[in-house]
Amino acid sequence: MTELILTEEAKVVEPTIFDLSSPGRTGVTFPDPDVPRAELPDSMLRADLPLPELAEVDVVRHYTRLSKFNYSVDDGFYPLGSCTMKYNPKINEDTCRLPGFLFTHPLQPIETVQGNLALMHTLQEWLKEISGFAAVTLQPAAGAHGEFTGVLIMRAYHKSRGDDKRVKMLIPDSAHGTNPASSGMIGLDVVQIPSDARGNVDIEALKAQCDDTVVGIMLTNPNTLGMFDEHVEEVIKIVHDCGGLVYGDGANLNALLGIVRPGDLGIDVMHFNLHKTFAVPHGGGGPGSGPVGVAAHLADFLPAPLVGILEEGDDELAPLFGFVTPEKSIGRMKAFHGHFGGGLVRAFTYIVMHGPDGLKDIAQYAVLNANYVQARLRGVYPIPYDRICMHEFVAEGRVEGTDVRALDIAKRLMDYNFHPPTNYFPLIVHEALMIEPTETENKDTLDRFADVLIQIAEEAKTDPDLLKSAPHNTKFGRMDEVKAARELVLCCWLPEDYSNQ
Amino acid sequence: MSYIPISPKEREAMLAAIGVKSLDDLFEAVPAAHRFPKLDLPPALTEMEAASELAELAAANESTRDLVSFLGAGMYNHYIPSVVDHILRRGEFYTAYTPYQPEISQGTLQAIFEYQSLMTALTGMEVSNASHYDGATAAAEAVNLAWAQFRGKRTKVVVSPTVHPQYRQVIRTYTQGMELELADETGAGLESDPAALAEQVDANTALVIVQYPDFFGRVYDYTQLIETAHEKGALVCVVVNPTALALFKTPGEMGADIVVGEGQPLGIPMWYGGPSLGFFTTRKKFVHKMAGRLVGETVDNRGQKAYVLTLTAREQHIKRERATSNICSNQGLLALASAVYLSLVGKSGLRQVAESCYHKAHYAAEQLSQIDGVGLCFSEPFFHEFALCLPVPVEEVNAHLLEHGILGGYDLGQDYPSLKDHMLIAVTEMNSKEEIDALVEVIAEVAHD
Amino acid sequence: MNAPANLKYTKSDEWFDPATGKMGLTDYAQGQLSDIVFVEILVEAGDAVEAGTAIASVESVKASAEIYASAGGSAVAVNESLADAPEVLNSDPYGAGWMVQLENGAPGEVMDAAAYEAYCAEREH
Repeated sequence: MTELILTEEAKVVEPTIFDLSSPGRTGVTFPDPDVPRAELPDSMLRADLPLPELAEVDVVRHYTRLSKFNYSVDDGFYPLGSCTMKYNPKINEDTCRLPGFLFTHPLQPIETVQGNLALMHTLQEWLKEISGFAAVTLQPAAGAHGEFTGVLIMRAYHKSRGDDKRVKMLIPDSAHGTNPASSGMIGLDVVQIPSDARGNVDIEALKAQCDDTVVGIMLTNPNTLGMFDEHVEEVIKIVHDCGGLVYGDGANLNALLGIVRPGDLGIDVMHFNLHKTFAVPHGGGGPGSGPVGVAAHLADFLPAPLVGILEEGDDELAPLFGFVTPEKSIGRMKAFHGHFGGGLVRAFTYIVMHGPDGLKDIAQYAVLNANYVQARLRGVYPIPYDRICMHEFVAEGRVEGTDVRALDIAKRLMDYNFHPPTNYFPLIVHEALMIEPTETENKDTLDRFADVLIQIAEEAKTDPDLLKSAPHNTKFGRMDEVKAARELVLCCWLPEDYSNQ
Repeated sequence: MSYIPISPKEREAMLAAIGVKSLDDLFEAVPAAHRFPKLDLPPALTEMEAASELAELAAANESTRDLVSFLGAGMYNHYIPSVVDHILRRGEFYTAYTPYQPEISQGTLQAIFEYQSLMTALTGMEVSNASHYDGATAAAEAVNLAWAQFRGKRTKVVVSPTVHPQYRQVIRTYTQGMELELADETGAGLESDPAALAEQVDANTALVIVQYPDFFGRVYDYTQLIETAHEKGALVCVVVNPTALALFKTPGEMGADIVVGEGQPLGIPMWYGGPSLGFFTTRKKFVHKMAGRLVGETVDNRGQKAYVLTLTAREQHIKRERATSNICSNQGLLALASAVYLSLVGKSGLRQVAESCYHKAHYAAEQLSQIDGVGLCFSEPFFHEFALCLPVPVEEVNAHLLEHGILGGYDLGQDYPSLKDHMLIAVTEMNSKEEIDALVEVIAEVAHD
Repeated sequence: MNAPANLKYTKSDEWFDPATGKMGLTDYAQGQLSDIVFVEILVEAGDAVEAGTAIASVESVKASAEIYASAGGSAVAVNESLADAPEVLNSDPYGAGWMVQLENGAPGEVMDAAAYEAYCAEREH
């Protein structure tokens, strides 16, 4: 393998904030207290505060330089399957920072935060309408947190009926890892259900597991192969018939806006990923926002509090919004009221600007774009479940007659200034490349992406080393992950002899 | 308004390439009876209209910019230097995904590595993860760590009644599937020192959770409690206020095994409660049982120092149902906010903030306790929050305060029946002497009515 | 891929040495996992071990796995040194990489080396 070893001068070096520290420098300072000084309890004071010392310009330049080491949606195409890396509208950044939102304290009297509560109540109502559920909580902080909320609700529902023997959660083999992990967190037994040859849940395998110990099934639909399950209603009926509940993983809701409402299909509980479907930015890993919707029979179990109308309004008077506690609530999933500013305000802005038709357009164009890229790549890379896909599809990252792997193709894409697709997921596809273009890409971008992937398939045949040692045009090359895990250097500090005395 | 960049002509060409006639034809797998529902939502607004609607909603609030605030109880009104949001607004940071592709994510990775470093420096611990949702869920994840560490063989968790009430609720919610005994007696023991808690720790105890400063703002040295817990083989988690750590001895120094907390005071707006930042730090020996993402240092194949997500096989996407936690998304961008804040205020600035909070809170406490019938509830040292005993219901006092444009403190009676007519008051660097004097004046009026 | 003739093997890629009572994971398994960075032995000396139950949990840079008991019996020793040197599982899975030693160990469902080699070869395709 050809490897490029750089001279010291050629290396990209951005010292850490601790390396950049210099004794006695100050950034932001604060006024001296305008009150008499109180006595400090000597025995409780810390001797040294080993934080760095920098001037404002040092900090700005450091983080600006770091930002340039990142690839982002604002930079280019980010076809990361199951992550819905759509464009994040700039107006949302402004609305979520309106001072009235930014500077409200979560424990203020409700009379002083009617704007926040009205927004939350409206968003609850809209999410109900979009999904077909009877009630929605905005409290969960992220998708996985919403899932955990959902499985707690399912468990509480069975327990409230005295149905204590249900311990088994059915999870299709194409599921996100968070599904089994959420079930594992409350001690349920996870049973994997295989997929059939068309990428649907295998009905016979499902039936074999359905008995009176089933808590429910966690269904991702469209599934992580990008397929709308062709037997979804039958799957739901089979699970309901054995007394189980159906959890819908809302990760792929972008394909369903205005197309079908999960609640109408008979799904009992589902989380939304506001940071996928409703354009809340991913923030380099978070924060997300994972509201949960439930059918009427589960509404009493939602976490507390929900936003409700305490006093109805009339023509002249606005209603009084406040908090209500569901009767058999599972409890509280986090402190305060969910990811209000960063999550709910942005999603509200996004929905209000789309309206019913705009939301349907999102799903239709997301599905159009995925099918178009799939059509362009057919015959170049194997597509194991080849039919009309939803918002994403899965190809195999291998090229006949070469030993090039999905990883190599993914890394080579970076050389052409594309973010790679999700790779090695779902686990049921060998060398998976999972491609989700989203609706916010134009045809030129999709064509160029397909052209590049076709070219990479050629390169795999003529110069496989070019792929195996990729990326070449990025600031950084492939990482030594073994070194990181074995040596486990997880932080840095000020040098031993550092002193600002 | 739409963000779709495809013209009708391009759409037709794409449909032809796919081999279908219309967009609707792409959805034949969807059951026809439920296909294309009519959604009862308001029609789309333009950006101009949306901006105005949102501005109206925001203006319907009275924020801590309109009111003088003495409300704390887990979220605090601190000054956020301008630079923080300028960095957060860089699209390179906020529109990036989780840094799974390290070659093109070094910005996020190094920033998180620095965040981890800053948090360990602040708490006096050895390792930090890349964040949890908030302080409450970080505390609940400490239970998960202890549960995994003892493989479920120790089944008792002792939670101090002076841990934030909402944190205790979250811990109860998170652990309801475990065969776990949660000792947290809220009725008794609020005035006793941590030694009383030590009596509850036995050979079946996996974890002890205390707060520092506690919910009432009090600062205790937990060294002795931690020693006792360790003698019984239990782990100890300390929930901290990060600003207080600029001033006070660290839990790391006291021997804590896990230190978690709410990072909001470090450069994050209150935002009506979120999103904020849960930090989680621990000892290196527990790193494999710690949930959440972790960034480690390494080199790339060109010999450059670089960073990667490491020990990922602990996490849900690989370990699935055997993972310690299901956490996936974290609070990456807000971890960046805290890193920028801490870098910017640095060693001297954070100490200034903490001292300012301390002196102002003590001034307020002293002035208030001179009012007849009003008194401090506890005599222990405190940081920037204190419990005040009032001669009239808290609700009544707060209503009067609000009339004077002041957001009063938190009503402790709602969580602690024994603290009826007690108010938790928070004072930060944002409160001027004049504001404190106004608070004292109005409370004096109410007390004497 | 190496499978010493004196050992017995399970379908889940563990080995058992009838002569010493030791068990661990196979060369094939360590190859599949790649660089192992963490091992946790789940049993203690003195525990009764049932064949087929989990005795250890391992994590590599890209995967995690439970290691199951290839035999049942009473654990007399566990290999404490693995915690600090998990890479031994990659370099010497049948020697220094042993995990648990049993007294009067009775193998569970196991096969001989030839059958195991054939079983591994089959999975390569």
